Amino acid sequence: MSRRRISLRQELPLLVWLVIVWAALWQDFSPGNLLFGAILAVAVARMFYLPPVDLSGRFNILHAVPFALSFMGKVVAASFQVMYLAAVRGPTVTNAVVAVPLRSHEDLMVTATGHVISLIPGSLVVEVDRSTSTLYLHGLNLSTPEDVEKLRREVRDIEAGLIRIMGTRQELDAIRQEAAA
Amino acid sequence: MNPEPTAVDTVIDAVSAVFMVVGALMSLAAAVGLLRFPDLLSRMHAATKPQVLGLFLLLASIGLQMRTWWVWPVLLVAWIFQLLTVPVSAHMVGRAGYRTKHLHRELLSSDELEAVVQKAAAKASREDASDGGRPD
Repeated sequence: MSRRRISLRQELPLLVWLVIVWAALWQDFSPGNLLFGAILAVAVARMFYLPPVDLSGRFNILHAVPFALSFMGKVVAASFQVMYLAAVRGPTVTNAVVAVPLRSHEDLMVTATGHVISLIPGSLVVEVDRSTSTLYLHGLNLSTPEDVEKLRREVRDIEAGLIRIMGTRQELDAIRQEAAA
Repeated sequence: MNPEPTAVDTVIDAVSAVFMVVGALMSLAAAVGLLRFPDLLSRMHAATKPQVLGLFLLLASIGLQMRTWWVWPVLLVAWIFQLLTVPVSAHMVGRAGYRTKHLHRELLSSDELEAVVQKAAAKASREDASDGGRPD
C-alpha cells in the first residue's frame, strides 16, 4: 500500500464511532452485538481505506460541554431570527459575503469551524481557500460594516472554542497569548 | 401502560407537545423563507438551517413518547448524520450558486469574495493566453 499506515490508536475514534452506529441501528448494546460490530468496524476500516484524519490527540471535555450548550443556544436563537426575517423582511433582506481568515491551518479545524458556523442559521460557507485557510461566508441580514465585523468576530470565537476543545498545543498557546494580550 | 396518567406522564406529554409544535413551526419557517427570500443563497438559509432545530425537537419528542432508552441512540445518530450532511449540501449548492451568479448583487451590502474570484479569473486567462498550458 502506497499510503502510510495509521496506528490503531489514531484509528480508534473512528472504530468506536462505527461500533456505536452499528449498535444504535440494531438497538442492541449487548456484548455479543458490540463484539460483532467491532469485527465489522475493523474489516470496513481495512477494506475501505480513507485518508487518515490528523487528530491533535487532545480532547477537552470541560470545554466541550459548555461549547455544545452555547451552540444549541445559538441555534435556537438564530432559528427564530431566520423565521422572523422570512416572515417580516422577506424580499428586502440585505446580505453580505464575508471573508474570515482563520488562525488554524489544520484541515480538521477549518472543516469543524465551517460546519459549526453553517449549522447556526444565518450564515453559510460559500467558498473555502485552503491555502490561506480563509472561509468565505454568506451572511443573512448584514447591512452595515459593524454587522460584518460582528459575524467575523463570532466565527473567530467559534474557532477559538474548537481549538480549546481539540486543537493542537501550538494553536492553544496562540489562543492563550491572544487572550492575554 | 397504566390507564391512570401520573404527574410525570402529564409533564412528558406537555413537553413533547411543545417540542412537536415548535418543530413543525420550524418547517413552516423554512417554507415561508423559500417563498419570501429573493435569491438562491438567502433561500439556502431558510431551507437548511431551521431544520437543525426542527429535527432535533421532533426527534426529542419521539424519544420522550417512546419511553425506552434504546431508541435514544438511534435518534442521536440520525441527528448527528443530519448535522454532518446539512452544511456540506448547503456549501455545495451555495458554492455552485455563487459561481453561476444565481444571486442578486444589489442585495449584498459587501462582497469580499468577488475581488478574489476576479483576480483568479484574470490570472487564469493570462496564463491561458501566454502558453495555453497549466503551469503547475
